[in-house]
Amino acid sequence: MTALLPTRHDEAWRYSDIAAVEAAWPLPAPESIIVPAGGAFARTIVQDSGAIHQLEIAIGKGARAAIHILNIGGEYGRVELNVTLHEQADFKLGAVQIGGGTQNLEIVTTVTHAEPKATSSQIVRSVLAGTATGTYLGKVAVARDAQLTDSVQSVKAMLLDRSATANAKPELEIYADDVKCAHGCAIGELDPMGLFYLQARGIAPADAKKLMLQAFVAGVFEGAADEEMLTEAALKKLGELV
Amino acid sequence: MLQITNLHANVGDKPILKGLTLSLNAGEIHAIMGPNGAGKSTLGYVLSGRPGYEVTEGEITFNGQDLLGLEPHERAAAGLFLGFQYPVEIPGVSNVQFLREALNAQRKNRGEAPLSGAEFLKVAREQAGALGMDMDMLKRPVNVGFSGGEKKRNEMVQMGIINPAIAILDETDSGLDIDALRIVGDGINRIMRKPDKAVLLITHYQRLLDYVKPDFVHVLDGGRITRSGGPELALELERDGYKELAA
Repeated sequence: MTALLPTRHDEAWRYSDIAAVEAAWPLPAPESIIVPAGGAFARTIVQDSGAIHQLEIAIGKGARAAIHILNIGGEYGRVELNVTLHEQADFKLGAVQIGGGTQNLEIVTTVTHAEPKATSSQIVRSVLAGTATGTYLGKVAVARDAQLTDSVQSVKAMLLDRSATANAKPELEIYADDVKCAHGCAIGELDPMGLFYLQARGIAPADAKKLMLQAFVAGVFEGAADEEMLTEAALKKLGELV
Repeated sequence: MLQITNLHANVGDKPILKGLTLSLNAGEIHAIMGPNGAGKSTLGYVLSGRPGYEVTEGEITFNGQDLLGLEPHERAAAGLFLGFQYPVEIPGVSNVQFLREALNAQRKNRGEAPLSGAEFLKVAREQAGALGMDMDMLKRPVNVGFSGGEKKRNEMVQMGIINPAIAILDETDSGLDIDALRIVGDGINRIMRKPDKAVLLITHYQRLLDYVKPDFVHVLDGGRITRSGGPELALELERDGYKELAA
């Protein structure tokens, strides 16, 4: 990790609230997690207080790790994952960030497929209102020997106001030649015709928006041990924005 | 029941409706026919309150209440239903969830108790069954992956569940094959042909009117009603066309 206070010239901190980072500087060493070969690891991170979380995860041969993130709180909140996959390891990320007002929320991941036949899947959904900023920087690096890598990134952001900002950068760096790496990225706003359709059937505007946003983030927390809690907290936050 | 008086409406800056007057009483089915661009769909959207459809003059009362003062969802709760010409796909939201929320929102607005999940499913099953729609389809996201005909049928299932006082059906017959047309026609009669309800059918063609017999037929052209008559007017239109009639 960076020893000096990062600036906006550092790619991974490009959209960060540097003043907030400076206030928290120096950051403690990242939490290091090692998932032994054949093991399984799961973690839920709810960032609701304006904190910076940094995790380094090494996933051993044939092991699995699943991370679920709900990034919703504080003026500046950041969750940073640095994941290394060994042979036939599997990594899953399901993340939702919801920001309003002047919040700046970001999720930054580096997923390195160091050895062959590992799989990774990252789903990130952001909902932003007011003048909030939501950022996902996601790098997938595939080492020269990591043949038969299978990696997917799905990144979508929904802007509730024209004044909100979404930054999305799914990024691939591939040195192997027999891999499958898919990524999709979309930034949009709620379909006005859909909203009118719901309203024409009797649903009040705020509830119609909430229903469509609920659908937008649905499925991200599937399989999480805390699925219910995460979904409820996400809906509560969405309810505050619409 | 529904009284439209000298209605003028713009879409953007463009005047579409130019002095439309129409009155629907309880127990009546009216058909509005007219050439493309006459303002038929605009009328449906103005009645249901779609944003961007601006009334510049005239008034609409619904059971004595000023309709134009109500938001779209309040109009729905007051008993007005718009059957969309192009039903909207809403990914991720299931029909069942959507309809239960819609129905209970309307009931709440009217001061009625919400239906429980089981009560709602019973109603939904009845209505879907009557329109030949699979319950599995009702569990799928709203209109996503539905064919044109399935979407129109779904509109009728929604109408059956919501059970409105007045339905404005915008080209509900378009995109339907002959069998589906009959099923939808039967649905309209079953749900809406009642002494305390009214229907405004917006259509291009006579064929729907073979199944749903209108009491009155109106020709909408250039943003106003240019002619009104009984069911025979629809046959005359089908035979002679709008041009002939205008001449």
